[in-house]
Amino acid sequence: MGNTIEVDIKVPNKTRYLSLIGKIGEDIARELERYSGDKEVLAYHLNLVLTEAMVNAIKHAGPKEPEKLVRIVITLHHDDLTIRVYDDGQGFDINTIPAPNFEELEDRGRGIFLIRTLMDSVAYRKNCKENMLEMKKKLS
Amino acid sequence: MNLASETRNDVVIIYVKEERLDAHNSTELKSAVQKLFEDGKKNVLVDLKDVRFIDSSGLGALVSGFKNAISHQGNLKLSSLQSQVKSMFELTRLHRVFEIFPSTVEAVENFQS
Repeated sequence: MGNTIEVDIKVPNKTRYLSLIGKIGEDIARELERYSGDKEVLAYHLNLVLTEAMVNAIKHAGPKEPEKLVRIVITLHHDDLTIRVYDDGQGFDINTIPAPNFEELEDRGRGIFLIRTLMDSVAYRKNCKENMLEMKKKLS
Repeated sequence: MNLASETRNDVVIIYVKEERLDAHNSTELKSAVQKLFEDGKKNVLVDLKDVRFIDSSGLGALVSGFKNAISHQGNLKLSSLQSQVKSMFELTRLHRVFEIFPSTVEAVENFQS
């Protein structure tokens, strides 16, 4: 593999595209030549973080408009993987989301926990135009 | 969503015939399980043999089914989890909540005991 790959994709903010986006993550994991860990486990994890991030972008989108898009940019530079998920909705601040309470059986609230667990760093940025969830992981 | 079901020894088995159980389709599983308990069924087994991928929404749908079972004095158990799916239960500590069996046969036997 060369030094850098970048995938920049826009899809309608609909859950039917989760599988498509997740599979891109899986394919990237399987293409890594120098990754020393289990590529199938990494493939699942990238599928999962992409799925969870896109669900969050869909959930927090603004007024329902069928034309709204979610933009996802996946960059792999040497061993550094960066995934950025952009949406133009109202956004949400992941820092305000508490970790799940494992003693309470809640139906919801595990998505951000899974992203935080599986990635090295997670940040959320918001400006007047759009929101961005940025997730980074060192793949070595 | 593609769901199949059969009844064996008073246990309703729901087979999730999907590769992914995620935010796109998990609401249908949640509703199907809810309906079974509302209809008076007591023992429900969800078989995940075909499921290769589960996300937090899929886990949430199963948690919802588990809570539904409790509120109707019933039981909800799981069978045939693929290894990566099982590791998601472990990561979210849900393996301590659900009774998980390697196969439908073992799960159905457990309902009887």
